[in-house]
Amino acid sequence: MPVSFTVNGQATSLTLDPRVTLLDALREHMALTGSKKGCDHGQCGACTVMVNGQRINSCLTLAVMHEGDEVTTIEGLGSPENLHPMQAAFVKHDGFQCGYCTPGQICSSVAVLKEIEAGIPSHVTADLDQVAFSDAEVRERMSGNICRCAAYPNIVAAIRDVHDHA
Amino acid sequence: MRQFTYERASSPAEAAAAVAKAPGAKFIAGGTNLLDLMKLEIERPTHLVDVNRIGGIDAIEATADGGLRIGALVRNTALAADARVRKDYAVLSRALLAGASGQLRNKATTAGNLLQRTRCPYFYDPARPCNKRDPGTGCSAIEGFSRNLAVIGVSDACIATHPSDMAIAMRVLDATVETVSPGGQTRSIPIAEFHRLPGDTPQADTTLKGDELITSVTLPKPLGGRHVYRKVRDRASYAFATVSVAAVIAADGKARFAFGGLAHKPWRVEAAEAEFGRGTDAVAEAALAGAKPTKDNAFKLPLVRRTLAAAVA
Ligand SMILES: Cc1cc2nc3c(=O)[nH]c(=O)nc-3n(C[C@H](O)[C@H](O)[C@H](O)COP(=O)(O)OP(=O)(O)OC[C@H]3O[C@@H](n4cnc5c(N)ncnc54)[C@H](O)[C@@H]3O)c2cc1C
Ligand code: SF4
Ligand code: FES
Ligand code: FES
Repeated sequence: MPVSFTVNGQATSLTLDPRVTLLDALREHMALTGSKKGCDHGQCGACTVMVNGQRINSCLTLAVMHEGDEVTTIEGLGSPENLHPMQAAFVKHDGFQCGYCTPGQICSSVAVLKEIEAGIPSHVTADLDQVAFSDAEVRERMSGNICRCAAYPNIVAAIRDVHDHA
Repeated sequence: MRQFTYERASSPAEAAAAVAKAPGAKFIAGGTNLLDLMKLEIERPTHLVDVNRIGGIDAIEATADGGLRIGALVRNTALAADARVRKDYAVLSRALLAGASGQLRNKATTAGNLLQRTRCPYFYDPARPCNKRDPGTGCSAIEGFSRNLAVIGVSDACIATHPSDMAIAMRVLDATVETVSPGGQTRSIPIAEFHRLPGDTPQADTTLKGDELITSVTLPKPLGGRHVYRKVRDRASYAFATVSVAAVIAADGKARFAFGGLAHKPWRVEAAEAEFGRGTDAVAEAALAGAKPTKDNAFKLPLVRRTLAAAVA
């Protein structure tokens, strides 16, 4: 069936089997292979993209459910010549080893800073009305992004760097 | 994943009628539980009715009697962050924030969360008998690995638990589930009667009919008091509850408690709450009377006692 959405600012129309997930549409039908498939079941976060500004797991949603939506993938955040500040910070702080989880980590990180700024509380927020940046907040909010190489301390350092220099 | 056809519904009654018309049809909202199970072919809908574009069921609004009406499509993130929920129903914010991950909460809806299916490992393994997945095949968990399964309200057919954190808070707050049927009739189901015990028919998690659409969940007027959600799990984040306690403790010493991780439904025994004056152990003892744990999960009984004590401390 036909579906149209915007990916990284570009209007796109595809004809897809309704079974195709957003992740597979990006990777297999649009050659946007930055978003990764780790588990395909919402457990690892490697497939994290932003839809209408919110981070989601693209493996647990059907492409046909996204008619008219605006999707941002790692390719839309920055390019090798013009890195997004979060991409640059991951490089600077060694926020990865193999890099497989990294596109998802970076999409998630960018969204996490916006969520903190918007005052959205988390499980570790002591007072639900006082949301502030801290390493503990970052760790809790990033728990949906698993890193098999355990680059966690450097990922937190990268996110802190972007937060401090924003 | 099996093949299915797909349509987008534009009104609640239209969505219910569309599911009623096609045998084997299901609603899809956030998709975070249904698609997971469809990939494993544990759920095999022939037709999906996408409810995400239905207008008027995605808002949180005040009700005439001072409570809140939460639209079925309100996402878990938005519900937890809502200023009225944070202030007057903090136990609900806390329960939501203790569940899943940021990405999942951005998609998960109020209705879908209530209807998420058990995390019993055998339910997820099509190679093993499971009465909930394939009625009449038997229960692999009773003699199997049951560490995470139910200790109370169990039957000889099933010892699964309901995995939702949000539902535990909804139960302590006495929420009501509002629905619409294909003919347009509406129904209000008290949360206590929404989830069911397994009995001889563990395939039915709730009393909702297959073609009945949840339109909203309403909360009565605020209770005041101190709100706590305490969740014990195998890691500090992004794991289902081993045991959880939702508590609302009023200034006059009255309290309400609901428990997660113990049963096929949010576990609340109102009569046990009257024991609070005698201490939390008395409450736990009364709430767990008749428990039938397995050798793997008997540890949950002392764990509930301690979690309850910690929750009110
Ligand atoms: C890795 C992982 C970890 C998780 N951890 C937790 C956790 O710690 N705690 C927790 O509570 N949950 C957890 N979850 C579960 C998550 O909360 C649920 O998947 C989510 O709430 C389901 O909501 P949804 O809108 O995506 O539902 P869907 O998947 O869209 O639907 C679920 C069911 O509800 C039905 N449905 C949806 N909307 C309606 C409606 N309006 N009327 C009638 N029927 C409807 C569908 O037909 C389907 O049967 C986790 C999930 C994953 C994948
Ligand atoms: S406990 Fe219930 S869900 Fe688990 S195997 Fe037994 S019947 Fe299936
Ligand atoms: S691939 Fe989507 S969460 Fe793992
Ligand atoms: S860098 Fe290898 S999985 Fe994270």
